[in-house]
Amino acid sequence: MATRSFTGNARTTDERTPPGQFVTDDFPVLTAGLTEHIDAEDWELTVTDGFVSSTFDWAALNALPMTTFTTDIHCVTHWSKFDTTWRGVAIETLFDEVGVGDLDHALVASYGGYTTNLPVTDLLDHDAMIAVEFDGDPIEAEHGGPVRLVVPHLYFWKSAKWVTNISLSDEEDQGFWEASGYHNYGDPWREQRYSGD
Amino acid sequence: MNSGTPVTDITTRPVGPKRLEWQDATVIAATAESSSARTIVFDIGRWDAHLPGQHIDVRLTADDGYQATRSYSLSSAPNENPQITVQRFDGGEMSPFLVDDVLVGDTIEVRGPIGGYFVWDGAPTPLLLIGGGSGLAPLRSMWRAGAVNDAPIIVAASAHDQQRLLFADELRDHEATIHLTRQIDVNCASRSSNVVAGRVDREAIDGLVRRAGPEAAVFVCGPTAFVESTATHLRDAGVEPSRMRLERFG
Repeated sequence: MATRSFTGNARTTDERTPPGQFVTDDFPVLTAGLTEHIDAEDWELTVTDGFVSSTFDWAALNALPMTTFTTDIHCVTHWSKFDTTWRGVAIETLFDEVGVGDLDHALVASYGGYTTNLPVTDLLDHDAMIAVEFDGDPIEAEHGGPVRLVVPHLYFWKSAKWVTNISLSDEEDQGFWEASGYHNYGDPWREQRYSGD
Repeated sequence: MNSGTPVTDITTRPVGPKRLEWQDATVIAATAESSSARTIVFDIGRWDAHLPGQHIDVRLTADDGYQATRSYSLSSAPNENPQITVQRFDGGEMSPFLVDDVLVGDTIEVRGPIGGYFVWDGAPTPLLLIGGGSGLAPLRSMWRAGAVNDAPIIVAASAHDQQRLLFADELRDHEATIHLTRQIDVNCASRSSNVVAGRVDREAIDGLVRRAGPEAAVFVCGPTAFVESTATHLRDAGVEPSRMRLERFG
């Protein structure tokens, strides 16, 4: 039913905009806890499947082949931002380097204790990277720099800031928001915001 | 999940969470909080009492079916009719409508309550609530929910000036510290010695933390820069990050 006298003057949506989203030119900051300020020289990422494990520092990460993509991102708090450009290491490249096994579930952890879970196929079969640049510049701390995960086809809480660990497993562990009432998968196009959507 | 329920049948799969359905909410009051903000009170048929700090999604539909959705913190206590307090954002799509156009009797779609992080669980510890601008909305839900076992509730608010300060009367009743960041002559605006010129700075935070004590649960909500600086000062004043809940907007 229409809302009396509401016209929707902004009309920021089109076929590029998932349901319930609006487009912004800003880059709002959504973080559960404090912003982590990690120097690139102190940053480390460990990738493990419980059997094999590798730890990358800034130099080791930057020695891997880099890729760049331009994509739209969608936050569960209803904003979408078009044409964001990220440069980093594709997850497939990273996992090949470590030689991890073929497991179904990933739990990603950040400096500061944030976690998020997602299926490994969503890291491998889509644009997903460990990003070191946003729109041609180093990523600012408030946006997850020096290094964040970017998984643009899911709501952006899956794209963990200040990423420091990716653990693969046969068992699914829920992350911070997933255990707190948000959707386990988080597909913006199916508007999977909250548990039960 | 529910540790209080005995498991009688291990083949029973856990029941998935129920979808939060959109519901019609009738506007039963709309009260100006400032020149640019309004509290809207809803009557919603079936509604689970929220936890202070939770939010709802609000959906508006135009005649041609176009829809817009935003999240708003609940600013009411759990035992009150659900309320949101909306700050007009010029050029915004929903907030000018909610602040300027909504009439008592209108029907608006909502779903919720939502959120499990920025919530107060009612633990009988002191509460320290620090809000900037419309970031006071979820904190109002907490102070209106009231003290448990007389644990103190300490409130600090920040606004550009007296005209844009939300909930001025309630803040005065709670003896809140009020920071006016852009008001030249604070003495003129002030009817209370708790009004100070300038930002919620390190010194102000040190004082709040001393009053609240080491066991306090700390909630901070406001614009990103406000939350960042406040959280940094809190950490420097010795507040463990695990005792802080932060909510940013904009």
